[in-house]
Amino acid sequence: MLQFALVGNPNSGKTTLFNALTGSTARVGNWPGVTVDKKEGAYKKGGVAATIVDLPGVYSLSPYTPEEVIARDFILTKRPDCIVDIVDATNLERNLYLTTQLLELDVPIIVALNMTDVLSRRGDCIDVSLLERRLGVPVVEISALRNVNVDELMQRAMKTARKPRAGRSVLRSGVLGAAIETTAVALRQKGVFSPLFHATKIVEGDEIAIKNYRAEARDSAALIRARVGKDGFDGDVEAAIANVRYEYVTARLSPALTRARGVDEYTASEMADRWITHKQIGIPLFFLILFALFHLTFSADFLYLGRLFPAFGAWCKRGSAIKTVFFQNGLCSPGVLLRNVLTALTDGLGRGLKTLLRGFGCGEAVVGLLCDGVWGGVSSVLQFLPQVLVLFLLFSLLEDSGYMARVAFLFDRIFRRFGVSGRAFLPMIMGFGCSVPAMLNTRTLGTQRERTATIRVIPFFCCSAKMPILLAAAGAIVTAKNAFNADMVVCFMYFLGVFVAFSTLFFMNKQTPQEESPFIMELPDYRLPSVKNLAIRLWDKIKRFLQKAFTLVTLSCVAVWCLAHFSWDWRYVADVRFSMLVALGKLLQPLFTPLGFGGQLKTDGWVFAVAALAGTIAKEDVVATLGTLAASLGAIGAIDAVGAQTENGAQLAFLAQHTGITAPALLAFAVFNLLTIPCFATVATARAELDKKTFQKTLLFWFVTSYLVSAAVYTIGAWWWTAFVWVAALAIGYAAKEIFARQKKDKIKKKKRVGGCKNCNRCKVCNGCAVRLQ
Amino acid sequence: MKRLSQFAVGERGVVLSVTGDGAIRRRLFDMGVTPGVEVRLRKKAPFGDPIEITLRGYALTLRKAEAARVVLE
Repeated sequence: MLQFALVGNPNSGKTTLFNALTGSTARVGNWPGVTVDKKEGAYKKGGVAATIVDLPGVYSLSPYTPEEVIARDFILTKRPDCIVDIVDATNLERNLYLTTQLLELDVPIIVALNMTDVLSRRGDCIDVSLLERRLGVPVVEISALRNVNVDELMQRAMKTARKPRAGRSVLRSGVLGAAIETTAVALRQKGVFSPLFHATKIVEGDEIAIKNYRAEARDSAALIRARVGKDGFDGDVEAAIANVRYEYVTARLSPALTRARGVDEYTASEMADRWITHKQIGIPLFFLILFALFHLTFSADFLYLGRLFPAFGAWCKRGSAIKTVFFQNGLCSPGVLLRNVLTALTDGLGRGLKTLLRGFGCGEAVVGLLCDGVWGGVSSVLQFLPQVLVLFLLFSLLEDSGYMARVAFLFDRIFRRFGVSGRAFLPMIMGFGCSVPAMLNTRTLGTQRERTATIRVIPFFCCSAKMPILLAAAGAIVTAKNAFNADMVVCFMYFLGVFVAFSTLFFMNKQTPQEESPFIMELPDYRLPSVKNLAIRLWDKIKRFLQKAFTLVTLSCVAVWCLAHFSWDWRYVADVRFSMLVALGKLLQPLFTPLGFGGQLKTDGWVFAVAALAGTIAKEDVVATLGTLAASLGAIGAIDAVGAQTENGAQLAFLAQHTGITAPALLAFAVFNLLTIPCFATVATARAELDKKTFQKTLLFWFVTSYLVSAAVYTIGAWWWTAFVWVAALAIGYAAKEIFARQKKDKIKKKKRVGGCKNCNRCKVCNGCAVRLQ
Repeated sequence: MKRLSQFAVGERGVVLSVTGDGAIRRRLFDMGVTPGVEVRLRKKAPFGDPIEITLRGYALTLRKAEAARVVLE
């Protein structure tokens, strides 16, 4: 089977093309570095089956970043039948720089000139036949997003793949050309694959190539040293080669592009950036946008119309069941409105199911298991799907437009105080969706230390599975206190998560101050998000959510229900209070007393301990477990049975009333679940991305942080003056850290330094500090 | 002779050389910051760091510390 590798600059549309070719729904976004690992898919059109491999975006084939190493290793060891080089037509020069490196390989190449639709909209055009002649490989104009010419590209790629191709270099003249040629001849005699490529890398001083071919490297170095200075590059080969490549591109390839307007005229993107990345307005604007997102998703009083016009607000609060779908404290925001619609549906279904099963004469245990256990749990999670989707859609819009890269630019200076670069902001924002891809994305960060720190704080960014916990808790608090605003409470918890993330980053940074990683990043042009892309991602999200709800969450609900309805000798008990679960819950309960949802609760306080434990499987399980337990307690009349099943996912509110949990404790419960050890999938990802010792420390870090913060939330909420105690404790902790760090620094200073380089005190072997710490 | 980090917004210049060594320098080359290319300082972030430049028809952002390596005419 033919194998095609998609290679190109970051953000040039490789993954969009990959999705168009294979029908996949891999994640795309308008910022460099969305794809961090290779992906494979099958292309089935055109008679021949082919494998398509999507490689992470690279600017060059240097050995410095993990993405570059992945792409390079794949090409050299897997030897694809053809490389499809994706070139962003709107950024021709820099993209063709990579092409000049790919041309040196002995692999058939086809150039896919992407985003030609954007180009023609600007009025620019590219002379394709000129490019083809100069490059010596086929060039096809496509638009991956609009699916234009994609099949033609593949047809020509199939043809290209059948013809073997020998590498060609643009570095043919001068000392360098001669050195490369001599080295290439030596390598060719040894039977090395793509000798010209390796020869160029050796001459360039590439560490990987020199390690692999020591003898040839020595010869080429001698050759260059013998003639150095004659070409006027002072022996700085790396600079000279990059220079020659760009000179070639500018002189020979760039003329293929005809611009409609002058280079210096402002584009629409630049005009927009005047305000969006404005020195004073940029940061406030970001917070305004963030607030708007949450308001659109969570507010029961959209645009504060109910507050602004009290008469309208009062009218909204009165009324029938149907009216409350649209009006609560005012007009409902889109997120709340959709949730109300779905809740009405699931409630109806739940009641219908119960009547139906009773009608068939099913036993009380079966009805209980299906209605209270399964449906009670699953529907309590399902109710939050609309809001999850609305927030996800809004974040996707921001990502696709190109705004996120600007945010990294705006915040880099602030982030550096916390020991991470602005680049780390992107995986953190991804964490609002799901921690798993967010943790994978940390691979684009410069240093291992920065990666570890970012991975540790990613779960503090409330993911879509944790959102229902916050919403349910906020709902219960509002019901209990009949005060506050649900969206305000949710917003507070989101911000608390972010605040904790930055505080802990600050502490981690103080503990081990280290070198800064570089921040050299392309700012992509703003693009109008594509409806098709958004629809694909939204559909993907719905699918995943439903899959999880009907598999993992259903199973957990069944397990929780069974534990709640069987005694230790495996007999069915109708009353939850004689079950195994209660015994387990009561065992755990004292642990949570400092957090407000432990021993101090009146009756059935163990439900919260059980729910928190269930959260380690999947965060949806927290609310689902509460739903199941509320339904079970409702079935025996412990709490209002009708109330437990109806009203906007208000099971928690009824449980709160029943157990007598206070508002601060409810808040602490939500905060604990938000910050503590994340779901199983996230823990597994963290394990894969970190070494064993760091991983263990990370688990401990999550538990301790969540415990302390929620204890603080509870105590301060209950007795405001304890705030002073916490501040004092924090100050003592900070001072201890500072002293500890200083001692550690002194100890390192005293140790004999192995390497000779500045700022290097950790390496066992000195690599001149150019090499990244692995 | 001036360094990119000393530029004011809107100022333009032609790159002479990139000092230092290792990954950062190579990265700058790969992004097209090579001798002879014309760059324009387009914008500074809040607090004056990082900065945004345009070159070869696209926008690149880098920190002041990295920009200090770039020597211009």
